Amino acid sequence: MRDARGDLRRPVGLRLWLSGGWLTLLVLGAVFAPWIAPKDPLMQDLFLGRLPPFWESGTEPGFWLGTDSLGRDVLSRMLYGARLALEVAMIAGTLTCIIGAALGLIAGYYRGWPDRIISRFVDIWMAFPPVLFAILLIAVLGPGLWSIIIAIVVIDWTRFARVIRAEAMSQGAMDYVASAQVAGRKRFGTMLTEILPNVLPTIVVLLTLEMGIAVIVEAILSFVNLSISTDSPTWGGMIAEGRTSVHQAWWVLVFPLIALFLTVLSFSQLGEGLKDRFDPVLR
Amino acid sequence: MMYQIKDLHLSLPDMTRKPLLGPAPRIEILKGLTFDVPKGAVLGIVGGSGSGKSTLGRAMLRLLEPTAGEVVFDGQTITHLSENALRPLRRRFQMIFQDPMSSLNPRRRVGGIIAGPLHLHGFDGVPGRVAEALDMVGLPRHFSRRYPHELSGGQRQRVGIARAIALQPDFILADEIVSGLDVSSQAQVLNLLGELVRDLGLTLAFISHDLSVIRRLCNRVVVLHQGVIVEEAETARLFDAPKARYTQELLQAIPLPDPFQKWL
Repeated sequence: MRDARGDLRRPVGLRLWLSGGWLTLLVLGAVFAPWIAPKDPLMQDLFLGRLPPFWESGTEPGFWLGTDSLGRDVLSRMLYGARLALEVAMIAGTLTCIIGAALGLIAGYYRGWPDRIISRFVDIWMAFPPVLFAILLIAVLGPGLWSIIIAIVVIDWTRFARVIRAEAMSQGAMDYVASAQVAGRKRFGTMLTEILPNVLPTIVVLLTLEMGIAVIVEAILSFVNLSISTDSPTWGGMIAEGRTSVHQAWWVLVFPLIALFLTVLSFSQLGEGLKDRFDPVLR
Repeated sequence: MMYQIKDLHLSLPDMTRKPLLGPAPRIEILKGLTFDVPKGAVLGIVGGSGSGKSTLGRAMLRLLEPTAGEVVFDGQTITHLSENALRPLRRRFQMIFQDPMSSLNPRRRVGGIIAGPLHLHGFDGVPGRVAEALDMVGLPRHFSRRYPHELSGGQRQRVGIARAIALQPDFILADEIVSGLDVSSQAQVLNLLGELVRDLGLTLAFISHDLSVIRRLCNRVVVLHQGVIVEEAETARLFDAPKARYTQELLQAIPLPDPFQKWL
């Protein structure tokens, strides 16, 4: 009695390779920014202002992706900007995930009054316009890394709570949950050992999606100058500066924009790829 | 007596007709059932869909709480016991579910599925007991490494049986356990269950809508119709001389092995 179904392996998808590759590159770049950045990201030199990227004429050696209007190296600023973007993505994404998923799991599995309270809060939360809510929160908390993280967590936990609640509800109706009760497992234990493993793939997808969203929110806040202190390089800040001189120096706007786009896309594709790997039925 | 059911009533709120304010109207599903399950009996509970047979089973295992009446398990009244008070008793009455796919956690290996309840009830030598349970239901031991989706329907249902018998229960409720299987797997699973009941001295309640399945396995039958017992009799007597009209209708609905030839 042996069949080959267990031996089937889906090939690691191209999307997992590409997204994982870009994110690895980004993490390495961010971690080793002080060693690999060609220039000091804050050093200004008005004689070297608006240098184009290396393949165009009229460039100086060492400034690979050109300089902005103050003569600061775009590549170095992007590497340092990646540090903040990734910090926010990791910390805010994880915290949002833990809080939102826990509340969604409780609401969906226990139902009754915990569900009623949590669902009402989600309904009320969803009525706030998120970006304005974030700007308001930062204005109250004051700019800084932890203010950004708190703002993202406070706004986005509902995304997890709603989806995980629905997922936990449908899993809770399955017979294996009744069977855990027949076996005498406590309700809390059933939630952690029976329901949680079955909603984990959804949580992973949402987590990576949330990391991408955190990167965008951080960029939006930097764009409106409400991120960390104004002289630290951020992608959103670079995009805001680049926007004013887009006709003279497009590279100041375009390179951070590409980095932002690839990062957000990679996070969401990574989630989809990981979901397939996590699921024993699909694996 | 393994089970004594006395004037059992059960109603559930009907959420589809719930008014905006105030409680939902209740639908009465079980309307005063009284019967006994003697030790060692194999009781068939039969009825059409909506007759309340699954609800009755879930009330006997206290997955649902009866609204009135009494459920006595082995001399102990469990009608309104709290989940905490029930927990030590739960090892003694087990259940095999209708849908073997949804009753096995898809993220656990077969070994973990069988071992989980054993750990909960503090059994020692769990790996040995898991292997023994797999032997008893006729599955190879290496299946403990498999996930449920890697098994066929009949194999999955055997895992469900192994999970129940591993706890060495006194009573097992089997809720429509063969209705999702093809005919040859049905026969195998029924034979297996019959052997296990004999060898382990189990008391079994077997819920089914299919009287031909009941006839093979059970020595006593309760016929349910719309939440009321319309007939209770020994199997042979019920098939020879059904009293209630509803029982006669059910018997006529059994497909014959030799259909009208021209029909083919």
